[in-house]
Amino acid sequence: MAPFPRWATKTGLTLGSIAVTMLGLLFVTFMIGRVMPVDPVLAIVGDRASQEIYQQVYQDLGLDRPLLVQFGLYLRDVMQGDFGTSILTARPVAEDIARVFPATLELATLGTLIGVVLGVPLGVIAAVRRGSWIDQVARVVALVGYSMPIFWLGLMGLLVFYGILGWVGGPGRVSIFYDGMVPSVTGMILLDSMIARNWTVLRDAFSHIVLPASLLGYYSLAYISRMTRSFMLEQLSAEYVTTARVKGMSERQVIWGHAFRNIRVQLITVIALSYAGLLEGSVLTEIIFSWPGIGSYITTALLSADMNAVLGGTVVVGLVFVLLNVLSDLLYKVFDPRAK
Amino acid sequence: MTAFSKFLSGSALGLALAVTSLPAGAATPDNMLVIANRIDDITSLDPAQNFEFSGGDVVGNLYGKLVNFDPLDLEAGYQPDLAESWEVSEDGRTITFTMRQGVTFQSGNPVTAEDAAFSLRRAVKLNLNPSFILTQFGLTVENVDDMVRVEDGKLKLTTDKAYATSFVLNCLTANIGAIVDMKTVMEHEADGDMGNKWLSTNSAGSGPYRLVAWKPNESVTFEANPDFYQGAPAMERVIVRHIAESATQRLLLERGDIDIARNLNPEDIAGIADMEGVKIGEELKGYLMYFSLNQAVPELAIPEVRQAFKYMVDYEGMANSFLKGQYTVQQNFLPRSYLGSVDENPFSLDIEKAKALLAEAGVDGLELEIGVREVQDRMEIAQSLQNTFAQAGVKLNITVGTGAQILGRYRARDLDVYLGIWGPDYPDPQTNASTFAWNPDNSDEAQLTGVLAWRNSWDAGGLTEKVEAAVVENNREARAQMYRDIQAEFRETSPFAVMFQNIEQSAMAADIEGFTTGAAITNAAYWNVTK
Repeated sequence: MAPFPRWATKTGLTLGSIAVTMLGLLFVTFMIGRVMPVDPVLAIVGDRASQEIYQQVYQDLGLDRPLLVQFGLYLRDVMQGDFGTSILTARPVAEDIARVFPATLELATLGTLIGVVLGVPLGVIAAVRRGSWIDQVARVVALVGYSMPIFWLGLMGLLVFYGILGWVGGPGRVSIFYDGMVPSVTGMILLDSMIARNWTVLRDAFSHIVLPASLLGYYSLAYISRMTRSFMLEQLSAEYVTTARVKGMSERQVIWGHAFRNIRVQLITVIALSYAGLLEGSVLTEIIFSWPGIGSYITTALLSADMNAVLGGTVVVGLVFVLLNVLSDLLYKVFDPRAK
Repeated sequence: MTAFSKFLSGSALGLALAVTSLPAGAATPDNMLVIANRIDDITSLDPAQNFEFSGGDVVGNLYGKLVNFDPLDLEAGYQPDLAESWEVSEDGRTITFTMRQGVTFQSGNPVTAEDAAFSLRRAVKLNLNPSFILTQFGLTVENVDDMVRVEDGKLKLTTDKAYATSFVLNCLTANIGAIVDMKTVMEHEADGDMGNKWLSTNSAGSGPYRLVAWKPNESVTFEANPDFYQGAPAMERVIVRHIAESATQRLLLERGDIDIARNLNPEDIAGIADMEGVKIGEELKGYLMYFSLNQAVPELAIPEVRQAFKYMVDYEGMANSFLKGQYTVQQNFLPRSYLGSVDENPFSLDIEKAKALLAEAGVDGLELEIGVREVQDRMEIAQSLQNTFAQAGVKLNITVGTGAQILGRYRARDLDVYLGIWGPDYPDPQTNASTFAWNPDNSDEAQLTGVLAWRNSWDAGGLTEKVEAAVVENNREARAQMYRDIQAEFRETSPFAVMFQNIEQSAMAADIEGFTTGAAITNAAYWNVTK
């Protein structure tokens, strides 16, 4: 008889694998940060600093110690929730991430929603009407989504919908006049304005997020619709679908009740990957739309040798991937009885 | 299938309706100034620590100083600010400041000589990046309480030598000379940091504005100080928003969502220049673009070779093409508008002359590595140099890296040629003279990594003594002449080819008046702005 119930063993194994993954991620990122040809001391003391000040900071940062000792000390601090202080913002990295990650989460979630809501039906239709005009349209939409530089598309979107037509808000999460008008509870301005019941700010925030989210949604849509089409084509050519049709089932039942049900598990993986990709931060989108998210935070930190910020940001991104993996595993069990 | 089509059409229609019903942008309110700028370099707003370009603009609007510049008359030089007047002792080592009466901090506490003494002592004791601006006067952690003291309600500042008064006062106009509210700051002291952590994200000054919020990489918000001793600013609220992209800044300005765009590239400036309701402001800044030759490379240490390189640069060609509107030709180490600055630019592209000088030096087939940061204009300049150097028979290999990578090698004397910019630290000629033309010990062991001459292994020879003499010359005109002479010699003999001085172009709404970026000598000022 097993010493622990099955669920406890499984949970323990899952948590153990998360811990090992995170430890590996931290170790690799830390080591890359230390062997990179950038100088974190120079980033702190500045170009003009004397050698004396340079040496003092070098020692203060513990850079004169062996790499493994440095990593051990860093790990000890991380375990206590201390990711160190960012050079660029002079604030604790944890505080910075708590500020920038909700901005990305809000944008990526809306982008993924748009991608899923439009991409999945488009992929299904394209598969069902293979070779028809709608399939061709879906193909072109996906191709444009894959090949168009997001930087260009973002600027054009801003020019047309904000600059010329004035249909949407400009760069930033909210118009300047509304900045700081609702207290930050979740860090997500749409939710915070709902909590504060400030509908003016909500409306304004929506006008600002709709364009970048649609842009990310479009890229997500391109990927999801192509994958959906491919999965559906495989199912629609299977014998059980022919059997179902011969038995006189309606097309709706054949497509939704049988073929689509069988691609849900694969779709979950595709959607989770797409979502994780957006949560990692779409740097260019964030730059064009002046969206203070985690992508631009990590990039700016990396270019400035702000290694505490880079490490903290990487841990969060890694955690997102791990958690979405766990979530995918859980959803597999819901949709696929064989996985239980 | 019909259901799918209906769903798709419905989704598209819903999205379209939602989008089309959104409001268009509105113009900024009359009492609010909104500026788009790149502010991702700010690391702290404590005047004792802040040493970045955009952070300087913030601090400059929050604090008063003993002496300061009048933003509307920068040519006039330093003027009384929180110090009403000053006297210099006979031995020239002590300046006694009489404080302006009736001025209060935003907390309501009066501004006193004690606050001024505390602020200067604090800056020295914290010993952070800009502290050298004060410690160069012989102030140390150990002696600063004696050297900076209050007697009879007046502030006395004693220096280790009799420096030129203009040098000392010019340095006090730098942000490290900001006077902070001692009582408020010390209420927020933690672990003996003299309030450094708190002041990094808050303000405690008597300037025209108080800090409402600084959100890193996002925005800085100011609120007017109604009790500002020069009168309450017309702009009651100022918001500086971080907008990295030039095209985005332009769009915001065109839509009326911002009043001033500070980082437009030449294409966007050209695109907006003739637009109704927009005007372009142009000011010379203090940053100099230069390249330098490492004297540890034997061929580069030959005087004729150093001269030759200065004739291998297409100064006018670059300034009139890809640098148009961003840089103007300047071949001297003092930016125009500095005391002692000159306009003489004797070098121009002359490949034949360069070849003749190289031949005279017996140098042929030279191959060099140039280090440059991954910044667009610098990479373009490096490419232009590569092209013109090749015409003279010098092969230039370009190494591009991050600022930290390239600077690290430059400070280690590891590059043959370095291409970069230099910005003055304070508005006095000594700031550049003491780095370009002063090097008291050229040995590797000296490790004078902050000195540009040392980084290029250049023994500045007699110039070192001349720089030291200029900084103690009390006659302003004589001092200015000394810097002119130093620069004349520097142009001919140094391994530095100073090429350009930076211009800042700001596009703004036509109704904006009184805005200045501070030109080459100080920070942007918002308190005189009206619209």
